Amino acid sequence: MSNSHSPSTIEIVNRNLAVRYARERRFRRLGLAAVLSGFAALIFLMVTIVGDGWRAFQQGYIELEINFDAEALEIDDPADDDQWQYADYTSLIRSALRERFPALQTRKEKKLLYSLVSPGADYQLANMLVENREWLGQVQRVRLPVDDDIDVLLKGYVDETLPEDERRISNAQIELVKGLKSSGEIALGFNHIFFTAGDSREPEQAGIRGALIGSFLTLVVTLSLSFPIAVAAAIYLEEFAPRNRITDIIEVNINNLAAVPSIVFGLLGLAVFLNLFGMPRSVPLVGGIVLTLMTLPTIIISSRAALKAVPPSIREAALGLGASKMQVIFHHVLPLALPGMLTGAIIGMAQALGETAPLLMIGMVAFIVDIPAGFTDPATVLPVQIFLWSDSPERGFVERTSAAIMVLLFFLIAMNAVAVLLRRRFERRW
Amino acid sequence: MIKTAVMVFSGLVAYMPLMAPANAERDYIEVVGSSTVYPFATAVAEKFGKGSKFKTPKIESTGSGGGMKLFCNGIGSQYPDVTNASRRIKENEYKMCLENGVTDIIEVLIGYDGIAFANSRKSQQYVLSRKDIYLALAKDVPNPDGSESFVPNPYQTWKDVNAVLPATKIEVLGPPPTSGTRDAFVELALEGGCKSFGWIKAMKKVDKPAYKARCHTIREDGAFIEAGENDNLIVNKLHANPSAFGVFGFSFLDQNSDKVQGSKVEGFAPTFESIASGDYSISRPLYFYVKKAHVGVVPGIVEYLREFTADSTWGDEGYLADKGMIPLDDAKRKAIRKSVRKLQRLQL
Repeated sequence: MSNSHSPSTIEIVNRNLAVRYARERRFRRLGLAAVLSGFAALIFLMVTIVGDGWRAFQQGYIELEINFDAEALEIDDPADDDQWQYADYTSLIRSALRERFPALQTRKEKKLLYSLVSPGADYQLANMLVENREWLGQVQRVRLPVDDDIDVLLKGYVDETLPEDERRISNAQIELVKGLKSSGEIALGFNHIFFTAGDSREPEQAGIRGALIGSFLTLVVTLSLSFPIAVAAAIYLEEFAPRNRITDIIEVNINNLAAVPSIVFGLLGLAVFLNLFGMPRSVPLVGGIVLTLMTLPTIIISSRAALKAVPPSIREAALGLGASKMQVIFHHVLPLALPGMLTGAIIGMAQALGETAPLLMIGMVAFIVDIPAGFTDPATVLPVQIFLWSDSPERGFVERTSAAIMVLLFFLIAMNAVAVLLRRRFERRW
Repeated sequence: MIKTAVMVFSGLVAYMPLMAPANAERDYIEVVGSSTVYPFATAVAEKFGKGSKFKTPKIESTGSGGGMKLFCNGIGSQYPDVTNASRRIKENEYKMCLENGVTDIIEVLIGYDGIAFANSRKSQQYVLSRKDIYLALAKDVPNPDGSESFVPNPYQTWKDVNAVLPATKIEVLGPPPTSGTRDAFVELALEGGCKSFGWIKAMKKVDKPAYKARCHTIREDGAFIEAGENDNLIVNKLHANPSAFGVFGFSFLDQNSDKVQGSKVEGFAPTFESIASGDYSISRPLYFYVKKAHVGVVPGIVEYLREFTADSTWGDEGYLADKGMIPLDDAKRKAIRKSVRKLQRLQL
């Protein structure tokens, strides 16, 4: 049966070997290419965001000598806080500018001059004086933010070679700014407003503080509701529930809910919490409850997985020593499963932090200036702030959008890092 | 320890929905409505909040129609006090308001917004008529052979539409149908061009729905691209593609005048002056509506109205003009301010 023409097994193998190796190499290269292209996309995203956004952490400031004249401010009763807060600070800024440039006299020139300083700078000035009441009657050198158009010019985004009517800044303004820049009276500095202010329609006055606190309050509600409910549900389903058709249906539904588009939870929140219960719109309490509904399935699934991972030998040993079922679960299984549950909860929170769609339906996509102070104050959240800024016409919001994205990414990375750390530290292998 | 933790948590869970009583008095003004009015209303709200003892009003951008729906839902602190609109209130919306007990409404016309038909600065400025825009963008157009019938839009380049225009492919980025800008663009530019055909205009009297369908339907063969609600995105896309046109509000043109230019329509480019004088034909009025029943209940409404209708706000040199809103003329502003001071109710 075996003659010289029919090949032996090893010959067949050897003949195919080259093809098989080539196949393996191809597959490896494909895999590597997939990873590399994903990585390249990530790098591209990071570079564009950081490239666009890092300048938002800087802001142009102008130094002015302000004469805090009690008469001009019409403060005659220092005990009256309203007099300090609502005095006419705009005219102080304007007269300081006029004194700095006495040559500019016509209406048009003056208008040009006034356009250097941010239209919201009078509130900053008010706050400065309220904090340093001894300044009243003195002349002080203060730094005030410049207008967003000037800020954009300082950062070099304005093409000065364009004809004058095709840009928002006139030649006269450019000359004025150049002069002030060379004398050091206008300079870029750290943009602390970005971290201390709420939203604003003026880019140079806009900050993420309101959105950050809104996000924090919303997540507090979400965590304090979803974690205990999810853990209780997971313990019941894993340890107590009988295995029958009903629990099967519940399990399928929980898995399904984890994949439901988040906007659906928003609609549910609108129908139940706002329309049925009459809760207020745009508040972190309702936002937190809606996000709880959204994150519950994720946390339940990961909590059940953590409970399942605790080896049966531990349960059996505890039962063998006479512990009741409750004692087994709460003294032994739960503490061992907790790191896994926390990891799931943190990932669920990170998901909730980046969510906007369900919040749209319950009115948290809104322009809110005041910093929220409680769970029932109107508030917005970080991703919503990004969305709102990206839709604003002013050029200054472009970089602020990217900067807010950087802050959001920082928090997401930090939360995921904590999840990884927790797992590393407390995870037990059996 | 775990037991007490569980008890505390379950207590918290049970207690949470009760923390927000259903009809808590609201101490800030709640505003909803048009995304076109949003940039202006927010500027007023911010100024109002920072310059007065009242809290800053909260403003949601829900679109004109969505805002009306929320606004007309009823009286009480869970319903908004003010709604913005980039068109006048419709009769059926007014009826809905009446049915829900919102009987006294104060109407405030605040100014105008122009809609730009713009392209990149890198290419030439176009001189168009509304008829050109209609022929370039409608789904069905009058038969080019002159017979009074419709054919599916055959035009591929601007030169096909009008021989004096360059032979560039027709490519227009615009807002989706949910947008008020789209409604206004269709109504003012497309219908305006559509009406220039005498026999189509005659159709309006005979068969209004058919007339509307013909004049208001935008082509779906790829020449008109729905680019979403984000006008910044459209501006950036125009910058990258010099042969494309975009449809967006005047404030975006104003802020990006180094990147894009508005086409001349019927002889006028969209500028501050031409929109204010009414020469630029694609412009629309901006309104907001206030619930009279909430005046005196929610603090600050009268003062908000006063701030909005002050000349330093909505006047020729007010800060809304800086934001790109086209102010009304002096006489109109005066008349509206007067009626607003008296809280005169709207009658349709």
